[in-house]
Amino acid sequence: MSTDNDEGTPRLGFFTDTSVCIGCKACEVACKEWNLVPEDGLDFTGMSFDNTGGLGADSWRHVAFVEQREPLGHQETGLGRKDTVDLGMPSFELPGASAAPEDRGEFRWLMSSDVCKHCTHAACVDVCPTGALFHTEFDTVVVQEDICNGCGYCIPACPYGVIDRREDDGRVWKCTLCYDRIGDGLEPACAKACPTDSIQFGDLDELRERAAQRLENLHEEGVSSARLYGDDPEDGVGGNGAFFLLLDEPEVYGLPPDPVVTTRDLPSMWRHAGVAAATMLAGVAATFLGGRR
Amino acid sequence: MNTSDVTEQGIRGQRPDREAMTGAAGVVSEQQRRERDARPGERSADGSDFASYYGKPVINRIVWEAPAIGGYLFLGGLAGASSALAAGAELTGRPDLARPMRYTALAAISGSTAALVYDLGRPERFLNMLRVFKPSSPMSMGSWILAGYGPLAGVAAVTSLTGWFPRIGRLATYGSGAMGALVTTYTAPLVCDTAVPAWHEGYRYMPFVFASSAVAAAGGTGLIAAPTAQSGPARRAAVGGALAETALATAMEHRMGLPGETYKQGRAGAFMRAAQTLMSAGAAGAVLGRRSRVVSALSGAALVAGSACTRLGVFHAGVQSQEDPKYTVVPQRRRLDARERGKDTQ
Repeated sequence: MSTDNDEGTPRLGFFTDTSVCIGCKACEVACKEWNLVPEDGLDFTGMSFDNTGGLGADSWRHVAFVEQREPLGHQETGLGRKDTVDLGMPSFELPGASAAPEDRGEFRWLMSSDVCKHCTHAACVDVCPTGALFHTEFDTVVVQEDICNGCGYCIPACPYGVIDRREDDGRVWKCTLCYDRIGDGLEPACAKACPTDSIQFGDLDELRERAAQRLENLHEEGVSSARLYGDDPEDGVGGNGAFFLLLDEPEVYGLPPDPVVTTRDLPSMWRHAGVAAATMLAGVAATFLGGRR
Repeated sequence: MNTSDVTEQGIRGQRPDREAMTGAAGVVSEQQRRERDARPGERSADGSDFASYYGKPVINRIVWEAPAIGGYLFLGGLAGASSALAAGAELTGRPDLARPMRYTALAAISGSTAALVYDLGRPERFLNMLRVFKPSSPMSMGSWILAGYGPLAGVAAVTSLTGWFPRIGRLATYGSGAMGALVTTYTAPLVCDTAVPAWHEGYRYMPFVFASSAVAAAGGTGLIAAPTAQSGPARRAAVGGALAETALATAMEHRMGLPGETYKQGRAGAFMRAAQTLMSAGAAGAVLGRRSRVVSALSGAALVAGSACTRLGVFHAGVQSQEDPKYTVVPQRRRLDARERGKDTQ
């Protein structure tokens, strides 16, 4: 499928390869710095090293931290034998108190930098009543903050939970894929700052090829849980402009496993509403057919 | 830091680290490798063992406020159905029914629009709603419907009050009556055209639930405001709307699958149960008390309250289905697993 738009500008996007993410959060910081995203609370979530929580009006990149008692690929730690001690993941129990001997030492840490998916069929753009949200010449999705009136419709329309309203401002905000930078041939701030190239920026077609190759290599090396997410132009949102290589099921990272753009069903919704409107008029008319009372 | 750059000739200077392999290949025996690859794929039938990110919701919190948007949905429906009743009353010579219904329509649509504007993050920019005409956005279409209907309802009410321009007033009454059906039903696609499971999955029923609920409310208002000699159609509308709403809301809950259970839980459950009780009591009162103005008015009030409860129940069910990732993840995971099983058998 061609991803070129009318002007012939190639579609630009992100490939976030979570298998090399080290959870440094440089992407979060670089994004905030470049885009002047305000501070949104220095919170301690208490659940992991993730104190950002999720994407929102003031978090356009979010690094997820998932801790699992599973080996990564065919990693062999050398631990996990009966005479070894537990690694001591944070818990309220004595280290090793509840873990069966065969579980000890088996541990992997999944980290993933989440971002706006820049959907091909973007529900937020479809439902926006003011035209504030639009597809750019790079086929990215951007909010025009001088037009948004803060109706908040795009928020529940987004199947990924990306876009959100800034409380003291009233308007919605999200990743612009650094619209101001990519127009000048620069890569977005997060990709620029990523020390391991977990975040890769470029032509979407090229990124898809590179991702397919990377997936093949990982599978060959035994990381059988690796999979691509959002790369398929045939999926429910027509493919993402920002797609991922994940090491577990999407829902583990807080991503919807099979998102569908809600407006796919809108023609049917309008038809049902039309029939309901006609039925209502017929029903009201019928109430006048009886006697004089 | 990262020194790679995107140039017109492609990517330059990318670091080799992005090809780094995770884990140590070749350390594990072939047999161990096979055992580890065979991860269990079964999931429980009730969806209780789904995975999530620390139980956090997948979709973001709905920023709409329950009183504002619940009120917007309810008042819009009340206005539209009142206009339809007013048009019928005008046509069949029931001025004492037509008049209060016109006033109700104007008051309700004013309240509905005010609630919508109030709930904007930037209320001073509400006119941006009319900046584009966008069939893919039910809120855009709704704004245009309100922009067409509001003035008609206004003219119908003001001419009725002052007695000026009776012919224009009559035309406005008929026009607002026809458009009233759209005002009543467009709010269903508005809430259903979202990723909120309890709303989206009910899209086939929601416009019928909203329409019947609105007819019950408008009929109820007619029972309060019109003398028994002319309130026959309002009474029939009230009873028919109430019965239809109760049946349709129950059907919607049952047909939408897993997210339907949010209509039974928490605040949503309380509002839906209250709506059902008020609707049943109101309908019974409207039938049995048809000779008494007082009983009729009380029944009408119950139906109006019941209709408002239905909208609040629907609103809260949506919020509850957003807050629990189960309702987003489990249906999607089942769909995906079924598709993958289908692929395997081919």
